[in-house]
Amino acid sequence: MRNITAQAATAAAVPAGSDVAVEVRGVCKMYNEVEALRGIDLDFPAGKLTTLLGPSGCGKTTLLKIIAGLIPATSGEIRVNGQTVTGPGPERAFVFQDFALMPWATVMRNVAFGLELKGMGKDERQSIARKYIAEVGLSGFESKYPHELSGGMRQRVGLARAFAVNADVLLLDEPFSAVDEQNRRKFQEDLLELVEKEKKTFIFVTHSIEEAVYCSDRIVILSRRPGRIAQIIEPEIDRTASPDAIRRDQGYLDTVEEIWQGLKRYVD
Amino acid sequence: MTLFGYRVPMMASLLVWCVIWELVGRSGAMFLIPPLSDVIVAAVALVQTATWQSAAITTLNSFLLGMFFAIVVGIAIGVLMGRSTTADSLLGIWVNIFVSAPLSALVPVLMILFGMGETTVVVTVFLFAVWIIVLDTRAGIQGVPPSLVEMGRSYGASPWTLYGKIIFFAALPEILAGIRLGVVRGVKGVVIGQLLVAIIGYGELFELYSRNFDMENFWALTIILFAAAMGLSALIESIEKRVDYYAGVR
Repeated sequence: MRNITAQAATAAAVPAGSDVAVEVRGVCKMYNEVEALRGIDLDFPAGKLTTLLGPSGCGKTTLLKIIAGLIPATSGEIRVNGQTVTGPGPERAFVFQDFALMPWATVMRNVAFGLELKGMGKDERQSIARKYIAEVGLSGFESKYPHELSGGMRQRVGLARAFAVNADVLLLDEPFSAVDEQNRRKFQEDLLELVEKEKKTFIFVTHSIEEAVYCSDRIVILSRRPGRIAQIIEPEIDRTASPDAIRRDQGYLDTVEEIWQGLKRYVD
Repeated sequence: MTLFGYRVPMMASLLVWCVIWELVGRSGAMFLIPPLSDVIVAAVALVQTATWQSAAITTLNSFLLGMFFAIVVGIAIGVLMGRSTTADSLLGIWVNIFVSAPLSALVPVLMILFGMGETTVVVTVFLFAVWIIVLDTRAGIQGVPPSLVEMGRSYGASPWTLYGKIIFFAALPEILAGIRLGVVRGVKGVVIGQLLVAIIGYGELFELYSRNFDMENFWALTIILFAAAMGLSALIESIEKRVDYYAGVR
């Protein structure tokens, strides 16, 4: 486990030996008089899964939506692959906490929707969508409607939709929080496989410490409002081990414990 | 409903009332109520007359035209109010006044503005139907999950696509409910409008029969009208049911 304190964050902002996919520079966010985020400087290494973790109300979802271009920052800027961005773009895809599926559309149309908006022809987008529906394990459900699926399956649809547009950066906003516990574990394991396979940059928001440690290459812990970077942790866990071995690994357990000790003071 | 252990079908109550009507009519207690069987005979004869057919076509024409404008304008204003707080606070008070106001009182004024003709009836239908469509559309638009809008934006939807492919469909259940209620009000509008103008369509026939105490034809006319209104409402309800699964997922 590599622990990078907030004071040293600027020095360690660029992780050694890897490209940076997303740069956050001096981002502040005010909601009227309420300061949600203060002076966030952060780099997200390409091809890695970085988690934003923190107590509720720390602005982690706000930061993710600013990176997505869905809400504007009050000050500061976001660069994706070196380019400053001001709104949503095709190089970023978003996975929503409440899935955000269109209830009137089939799984197929939902997954292909990003491509449909790009103006891609029906046959082409459906063949791409079919591939990702299979990849998230939903083959055979193409013509089902969202209300016919369980919560976990709906989020798989959301994930397939994000993969289908072939964005470099995937932004996941508490994707498993509306999924029941057993499905969540399975889903986390599947997600890790997909991270390995798809070679994309993942930015993941969660309030679950276990989930963060289990999934992440890098964990950014935000403090309570105004959100600031409290700590950056890189859990050094052997990812090649089986999921069950990881969950019993001493390094995993220690990291969970340390993060909990750090976050404890924010819990009332 | 079960009666003495037997399951009674839904429409059975209607039969009971038909029998009561028939008995009251046969007893001759009230000359305003002829036996139902006579009314039905009159109805069958009535629909074959040229007078009724032309009246029905005039009425239907005014109704459809008024409803068309009510739906188009109603949805447009409803979407505007649902998406913009400025428009909402500017128009909200008027929509709420008109949705509950006794609009029949306005028809004489409309006659002065639009003349004693079909235009007045069309405007009456419009005014009766439009407000509830506005209110329901507004509610539907406000109920669109914000994440669906964010989803559209993050996947690159232009504002028009956002409305056409996401917001409209997400609000469709409420919009359809508004249209169904609007249709019911529109039927009232077309009859009241024609009654007050009194020289066209169904209103003219109503005037004619009630003035001459021709109760068989009067009731026949009423039953046809009620059946038409209920039929229309049921038709829209069946469309509503088909999009019902929306609500379950929201």
